[in-house]
Amino acid sequence: MQSSAVTKRDMSFSQLRGEQTSQVAGAEQTPKIRIRNLDFFYGSFQGLKHINLDINEGMVTAFIGPSGCGKSTLLRTLNRMYDLYPGQRATGEILLNGRNVLDQGQDVNALRAKVGMVFQKPTPFPMSIYENIAFGVRLYESLSRADMDNRVEWALRKAALWDEVKGKLNQSGLSLSGGQQQRLCIARGVAVKPEVLLLDEPTSALDPISTAKVEELVHELKSEYTIAIVTHNMQQAARVSDYTAYMYLGELVEFGLTDEIFIKPKRKETEDYITGRFG
Amino acid sequence: MIDSSALYRKRKRTNQLALVMSMLAMGIGMGFLAWILIVLLYKGVGALSLSLFTLPTPAPGSEGGLSNAILGSAMMVGSATFIATPIGILAGVYLSEYGRKGWLAPATRFINDILLSAPSIVIGVFIYTVYVAQVQHFSGWAGSLALTLIAIPVVVRTTENMLNLVPASLREAAAALGAPRWKVVLHVVLRAAKAGVLTGILLALARVSGETAPLLFTALNNQFTSLDLNGPMANLPVVIFQFAMSPYENWNSLAWGGAVIITFGVLCLNIVVRTLFRKKI
Repeated sequence: MQSSAVTKRDMSFSQLRGEQTSQVAGAEQTPKIRIRNLDFFYGSFQGLKHINLDINEGMVTAFIGPSGCGKSTLLRTLNRMYDLYPGQRATGEILLNGRNVLDQGQDVNALRAKVGMVFQKPTPFPMSIYENIAFGVRLYESLSRADMDNRVEWALRKAALWDEVKGKLNQSGLSLSGGQQQRLCIARGVAVKPEVLLLDEPTSALDPISTAKVEELVHELKSEYTIAIVTHNMQQAARVSDYTAYMYLGELVEFGLTDEIFIKPKRKETEDYITGRFG
Repeated sequence: MIDSSALYRKRKRTNQLALVMSMLAMGIGMGFLAWILIVLLYKGVGALSLSLFTLPTPAPGSEGGLSNAILGSAMMVGSATFIATPIGILAGVYLSEYGRKGWLAPATRFINDILLSAPSIVIGVFIYTVYVAQVQHFSGWAGSLALTLIAIPVVVRTTENMLNLVPASLREAAAALGAPRWKVVLHVVLRAAKAGVLTGILLALARVSGETAPLLFTALNNQFTSLDLNGPMANLPVVIFQFAMSPYENWNSLAWGGAVIITFGVLCLNIVVRTLFRKKI
């Protein structure tokens, strides 16, 4: 209940939205990640402007908006992916379990082990299917051979890939089809048992069947993970997410329950984008 | 209608012209290469015999082979590659993965490029001055050192180029699992670029196995079989140089034999290493 107060106070992007988020918070949700006054800069260009948002635990939050609106950027601040590149910086607060991950003292590797990410293009490592998954697990756990076998199978089952690859775990991850590669990447992300999973347009390079599998997966995974997904596909956002955030030009325009955003958006811009009348 | 239009015909002509010109360029390049190989085989095959590999270099007119030169070359080229490979790869990794900020990486890259194109005789004279002249004798180590200096920039350059070809998305994917930088580089980036890095090492090896000038000032030559890297050492390029210039027929023939050995030795090594590494993922 304290969280609802915080949410209400901080989410005053507009009066309208303030009311809405308090309703959202009223549904007994605990925020896993709280974003407060987040600004992001690519050199001198400001990519994100004053973002305030809660990502609720055990829920799927979708980010939609036109290309370049900052949704991927926002996702990449959550695991400090931007740290890899000089000249990119973020200010404000991103509280994960109450700790600000933007703090200088934050161990980024430990953060990324807790906040996993799957990218737009499948990126299997140049090693066997088994090793692709074991690689991440070995970073933070030392398992016996048998336990590792179990973990690999568990992750591949989670990603609905086990039946297709169980006979060829020693083959290169690169030998799989695009859709399989992407599910391998999801399995890899799941295998390290993160608390949050960030999906950056995970199906944009996939055919409809693989897309459906990944979407089913998102549905299944949300019981154990908090998921944030960036997508260009409006139907996908409507299908998989509990909450939706509409972003435009680095600003968060509207945020709320997916059903409400898609059925009766509060803001004209959101409605225009969702119905395709944008621009 | 389309295929009869003037524009289409013009495009077709341009395409044919470009094709002919590139085929011609390829033909010139490959033609000379084939010519070299044919002459080499034609002149050198006659000199190939078992004694070429078992007997040391002879006096003019007497029976002999190149065993001491083959051994010396193998030792010096081998040790040079052995020393240059880790240094070159590590420097290449630094330039590609770590040197994104600051002036050190661009400066290193610039100096490396200068070294890469430095005439090998300069390297020879340099080692002569700082090492051979100090210890007052020619030695295999000096030769090996000169070859190392020639090999390093080649490995650095190709390693950096090959690592740059590895997509950033792969680095991000590994980093996103919480892998520290060095593990990302070692287990993912270097692995993805393995074939290219290997090519760089082979390129360096091929380059130094034919170098004559730096060895003239450093390892010199030795009529006898020697395993002592601390003394003058026989080696194929210098033997070829001396024997090819000599008026003695048996020396000339041995020089051709030596040329064949270097060329096909490098070729075989290339094939063997590539097949060995291809199997792995």
